[in-house]
Amino acid sequence: MKTLVSRRALLKGGLAVGAGLTIGFPLPRRRSDALAQTPGVFAPNQWLRIDRDGVVTITNSVPEMGQGSLTTTPMIIADELDVDLDRVRVEQAPANPALFKNPVTGAQSYGGSRGVRDHLAMWRKAAAGAREMLMQAAANEWGVPVESVETEPNEVVHKPTGRRLLYGQLVDRAQQLPVPQDPKLKTPDKFRYIGKHVHRRDTPEKITGRGVYGVDVVVPGMLVASIERCPVFGGKVKSFDATAAKQVKGVKHVVQVSNGIAVVADGFWSASQGRKALRVTWDEGPTAQVSSAMITREYEAAARQPGQVARNDGDAEKALAAGGRVHEAVYQVPFLEHACMEPMNATAQVTPDACVIWAPTQNPGGTQATGARLTGLPPEKVTVHTTLLGGGFGRRGEQDFIVDAVETAKAVGAPVKVMWTREDDLTHGFYRPATYNLFRAALDANGMPAAWFTRMVGPGILIQKGRAKAGEIDAAAVEAVRNMPYDVPNLRIEWTNKDFGIPLGFWRSVGPSQNGFIIESFIDELAHLAGKDPYEYRRALLGKSPRHKGVLELAATKANWGAPLPSGRGRGIAVVFSYGSYAATVAEVSVAPDGAVRVHRLVAAIDPGIAVNPDQVKAQMEGGAVYALTAAFYGRITIDRGRVQQSNFHDYPMLRINEMPVVEPHILDSGEAPGGLGEPGVPSVAPAVCNAIYAVTGKRVRALPIDRAQLKRA
Amino acid sequence: MVSLTVNGKAQRVDVQPEMPLLWVLRETLGLTGTKYGCGMALCGACTVHLDGAPVRACVTPASAAAGKRVTTIEGLSDKGDHPLQRAWTEVDVPQCGYCQPGQIMSAAALLASKPSPTDADIDAAMAGNICRCGTYQRIRAAIHQAAALQKGGAR
Ligand code: FES
Ligand code: FES
Repeated sequence: MKTLVSRRALLKGGLAVGAGLTIGFPLPRRRSDALAQTPGVFAPNQWLRIDRDGVVTITNSVPEMGQGSLTTTPMIIADELDVDLDRVRVEQAPANPALFKNPVTGAQSYGGSRGVRDHLAMWRKAAAGAREMLMQAAANEWGVPVESVETEPNEVVHKPTGRRLLYGQLVDRAQQLPVPQDPKLKTPDKFRYIGKHVHRRDTPEKITGRGVYGVDVVVPGMLVASIERCPVFGGKVKSFDATAAKQVKGVKHVVQVSNGIAVVADGFWSASQGRKALRVTWDEGPTAQVSSAMITREYEAAARQPGQVARNDGDAEKALAAGGRVHEAVYQVPFLEHACMEPMNATAQVTPDACVIWAPTQNPGGTQATGARLTGLPPEKVTVHTTLLGGGFGRRGEQDFIVDAVETAKAVGAPVKVMWTREDDLTHGFYRPATYNLFRAALDANGMPAAWFTRMVGPGILIQKGRAKAGEIDAAAVEAVRNMPYDVPNLRIEWTNKDFGIPLGFWRSVGPSQNGFIIESFIDELAHLAGKDPYEYRRALLGKSPRHKGVLELAATKANWGAPLPSGRGRGIAVVFSYGSYAATVAEVSVAPDGAVRVHRLVAAIDPGIAVNPDQVKAQMEGGAVYALTAAFYGRITIDRGRVQQSNFHDYPMLRINEMPVVEPHILDSGEAPGGLGEPGVPSVAPAVCNAIYAVTGKRVRALPIDRAQLKRA
Repeated sequence: MVSLTVNGKAQRVDVQPEMPLLWVLRETLGLTGTKYGCGMALCGACTVHLDGAPVRACVTPASAAAGKRVTTIEGLSDKGDHPLQRAWTEVDVPQCGYCQPGQIMSAAALLASKPSPTDADIDAAMAGNICRCGTYQRIRAAIHQAAALQKGGAR
């Protein structure tokens, strides 16, 4: 079953399926030293190059997972370089952390809404430097001072004499010049693309079926595998019998890999038929004792004990003990799975001296490292082609599906695409943590919080992944609670780590996705307890958080906060900071007598500092709202005997078009440092909806997903 | 052996008759625009037309397509310029895009039977298609826009 294809043919294989595709798979090359020497190519850095025909090629390092990086990245570079965007080609960067790492995190891995915000300054500088070199080259050619030349799209002009040279004509001269260290950036009034509505460049591929996702990769001689995994987290194969599986037509190999038993066949259908015929005995391990009921019980018990102190202003315990109007509540959220529309998958080929991986990954650098670790090859022998991602949401930063492909390909000596089923995807995810949160507050004579206490119980993602020390506070767990914006003189936040071995992951907006719900619901409770308007109550407490206040006011104004609504409808409001951006939502809902909730309208405001492509910022707000509503109404992963009980969209439902409210996103351009865009639209939605439910029904939702039975009237 | 017509082209494929049409299209014929999302007729990612009617290819056995006309996203228009595709571009509907071939095929069947769909018609025809990126608002807008384009004399 040895497939002898040269690396070149292999790459061509990748290219063949991608014919006509904007994101070609570029040949890996050593940049930019080699290119800097290539005659006829001006490549002052790894992000852009111009050839003698004037073709500009931009390398996009941020994987395209729906957020529009194939458009935003070239917008930024083309603007600062001063070229027409529609003449620019875009390539997806190969894995090469030395060249393409995120300058802030130092890793070639993308999560945390870090596309625009971490790269904007660097890309602008890279493009501005190139533009200065082209201007200098033209000035030299004409023998005029560089101060007397300027650029117009795609060319340098000398206004006094009317002379012009296209960038393509300047390539050879510009190539000889030193790269300026401190180039002058455009002033925002000169932007042609940044801040404007630019249509997405990847739409044609995505509406014709031409776009190549991981699952669409075809490599000559490729086999397809489906892996039977232990239903219990952490379980291992005790023994297996592949006799019947091997008799299934099309099945070529059955091999054991770290994550289970891989049935390798000529296609997905045969592989899954073979998988059904497989007999595996598992050693289920200790997690088989774990169930959701038990986790909740343990959380409750832990919440009765002191936790680690995450923040302590004033003396909340003393202020609470002093009495007055004290209010207590418990908020709970469940485990959640990402449910990317494209189930996990990856394709790999391993030969003695090379490993090639095609993957829909948020983490090309990590993918390369995984390939190197599993094959023993040095990282530069591991080529990673990042395909389009059918959703990411944090799930695709993980390495499990890469491990599947590399191990299986290595075991069978042929290129293999490992494909997950939806059931595999839901039952073997990396879940948003389930948590239990105790709140206690005391109101002063004016009804404002004099003391606030929150004790959170749940596992820590960073600690479980070894990215934070056990025994310390997990920053992801307490995010948006520890830094909650309200001005309360006595504030104490505690956290207790309770981890039962359910794999944890970063789920679109991570800590704030759930902590925004608990904080913004509890502050709403306090407002109502004080008999005050929940919007004005928040405003009064946001004196030290002007940007929170700014988006809160924008959302309230645009939603006509306070104006009468049709009978049976109510409004709720919430504001949450996450990933560098501030976002607020006003929800309008009605609740039927049977408890069915209808969300009619969401007015959302975001302050992302700068909006590079405002329409796509809005798209992220719209999408974030849907992600949040799905979680609020349906999202719940439960565990029984160490197994996930849900398996597909019938028992892990998604919001559908008939339940879609009108979403009205508004952008507050504060001119501050750029913030994240993919995640900040999520956290304020669930609390705004639940606060609106309270406004209509007088019933407080303190656990997600929303329980319709609890809202039933009469 | 199953004989069927795919995007106007007669095909004879050597597959087991119970193999879902989805895998015939994607793996046997290399038409990867039709996507897998659930395998249980729950998400609509695999929507294609069988003699003009929308079906979920993941639960349609190859044998059920025998002798029939199958249209996939690749065959919806020659140049990617079906009114829906033009409207999708104008409205910037896709995010990750994975669900969009299925969305467009469902919408195309809707427009073929109801040239001026109401919001309720859209809800009824499109509720079987999940978009995890949450592009529903733009899908609705784009369907209305495509309906207008179609009326305005576009193909
Ligand atoms: S894959 Fe067919 S409906 Fe989901
Ligand atoms: S655009 Fe990503 S699932 Fe619809």
